[in-house]
Amino acid sequence: MSGLIVLAERCTACGSCLGVCPFGALSLEGDTIVVGEQCNLCGACVDACPSEALRVERPEAEAEPDQATYRGVWVWVEQFQGRACTISWEMMGQGRRLANELGVALTACVLGHDVGHIAREAIAYGADRVFLVDDPTLAVYRTDPYAAVLVHLVREYRPEIFLLGASARGRDLAGAVATDLHTGLTADCTGLDIDPETRLLRQTRPAFGGNIMATIICPKHRPQMATVRHRVFEVPPADESRSGQIVRVPAILPEERIACRVADFVLESGQVNLADARIIVTGGRGVGGPEGFDPIRELAEVLGGAVGASRAAVDAGWIPYAHQVGQTGRTVKPDLYIACGVSGAIQHLAGMQTSKVIVAINKDPEAPIFNVATYGIVGDLFQIVPALTAEFRRRLGR
Amino acid sequence: MHAIVCIKQVPDTTEVRINPETNTLIREGVASIINPFDTYAIEEGLRLKERFGGKVTVLTMGPPQAREALKEAVAMGADEAILLTDKAFAGSDTWATAYTLSRAIRRLAPFDIILCGKQAIDGDTGQVGPGIARQLQIPQLTYVSRILEIDPESAHIRVERLLEEGREIVDCSLPVLLTVVKDINQPRYPTFMGIRRATRMEIPVWDCQALPEANPEYLGLRGSPTQVVRIFHPPARSGQATLLTGDTPALLAAQLADRLLADKVI
Repeated sequence: MSGLIVLAERCTACGSCLGVCPFGALSLEGDTIVVGEQCNLCGACVDACPSEALRVERPEAEAEPDQATYRGVWVWVEQFQGRACTISWEMMGQGRRLANELGVALTACVLGHDVGHIAREAIAYGADRVFLVDDPTLAVYRTDPYAAVLVHLVREYRPEIFLLGASARGRDLAGAVATDLHTGLTADCTGLDIDPETRLLRQTRPAFGGNIMATIICPKHRPQMATVRHRVFEVPPADESRSGQIVRVPAILPEERIACRVADFVLESGQVNLADARIIVTGGRGVGGPEGFDPIRELAEVLGGAVGASRAAVDAGWIPYAHQVGQTGRTVKPDLYIACGVSGAIQHLAGMQTSKVIVAINKDPEAPIFNVATYGIVGDLFQIVPALTAEFRRRLGR
Repeated sequence: MHAIVCIKQVPDTTEVRINPETNTLIREGVASIINPFDTYAIEEGLRLKERFGGKVTVLTMGPPQAREALKEAVAMGADEAILLTDKAFAGSDTWATAYTLSRAIRRLAPFDIILCGKQAIDGDTGQVGPGIARQLQIPQLTYVSRILEIDPESAHIRVERLLEEGREIVDCSLPVLLTVVKDINQPRYPTFMGIRRATRMEIPVWDCQALPEANPEYLGLRGSPTQVVRIFHPPARSGQATLLTGDTPALLAAQLADRLLADKVI
């Protein structure tokens, strides 16, 4: 018998477990706790039960017999148009830390065309070894040829941990690679640690729009794979004097076996790349219309930041979806988030409340955005925002 | 044109609140809805059917009450619906979920396109779509914001994908799996006729016996490589905002600039 076990002789039907279940899987029928199929054995109820009447029993899966032969930490280095993405260097910092804790080597996987310079950068950022796969078929990211290379390399060299950035490409690729390798993948992690006793990677991630956090392990399959959220970890300093080994590896799939062709790429202006932005200025319903974003854009420009929008502003058609912050848009974590005329619905807060400093500018002193703000200004954004733009233009000399 | 749409029933997180005393989720009275991203996938499937004929099949895996999500999709216009439910599927992580759905999809073949939302709003992983594509060994196009061209005859599709740096235009062959973002369309409401049809419709239920070729070792908890070992609530963001006051916007702006420069965030 596996699953969540209710010990009838201990259960007092007090109901403490019902409310803590994030999945709503528990119900009280008469004086019996009934476990529904939504239960994923997270154990939240076990901790909440005052009479120790709940226990999680897991089936004993067969460990891969050669699990101990998997060694080393790998990072996929994402590049776009021949330049490494910052998120990859954030991964390298974490990869280095985990590799040091485990006493193993750190390997970077660089895929692309004419990307030898990125392999050298990867060494400066902490790699002991780089697999460099330089081929015209890999010039632009496509799932199939990239996944084929990584699956092949993992099978051949057997790392114990494999990290990818939780970018659009990183999530696309990680999902494909983990499926082919039949291993566990944890999405969008914000915390990674090694359990000193088991050497297992403890992967912590938000769920339910950041309302709960879950720690996840992958005990019986290798490698332990995770995608890691943007801007949670610092980019480590690059050390040009580090030395490492660059191993050139051929691509796997020839062009004729690749189903997709990228025909074009339409770059958006820098104001949209919310994921990388250190400063975001967001407009909500309070901006009142498409032209209401003009002062928002001006402030963002002076600060060198990106323009965000609430769902209300996007749904009204005032600004494209690519700007949307929140549960159905992007999750962001800038150093500074300035919310102008944003009320602060829970779905919006879920997408930005881990920002370092939050400024709320709103006419309504009761707006929920003030509950998460560091600084608040109650007032008319059409007066405050231009005044801020002028002030920063003066102070920053822009 | 046969479009298969994979959907998930999720708690309506717009209604989820945190109990400030215990810092836990208050789920009482929270309704279950179709994952919002999946409604865009359903709509896109319906539009393909309207253009090319054929049918739309919606598929979900979940507890018996997930039937309601399928009925809603039928009320929007989906032709067929399948509910995958079995104790043996319970506790599936993304790997086992993708495996199980892919085995069900094999039974529903032939198909031209599989549509999924880009991610579910409860788990936020975005991993099941790519997982299904790899299990079925068909190409995947994730984060699709528009289908620019599609031709079932020549088995060709051209889509626009929404990535961090902008929009990518990609050509691919059919069959293909798409995960879609909110930009792609505006989902329709259920119609009166649709609701009537959904109410009367007997939704077929598939358990693990219905998937004889599925390896039981790969299902549910047993087939899931990952384990959740701890759930906790993040510490609430501390305290109250420092409210800045001043007689003029310029004075307020100067105060805020002082603070932000002192905090070294600019």
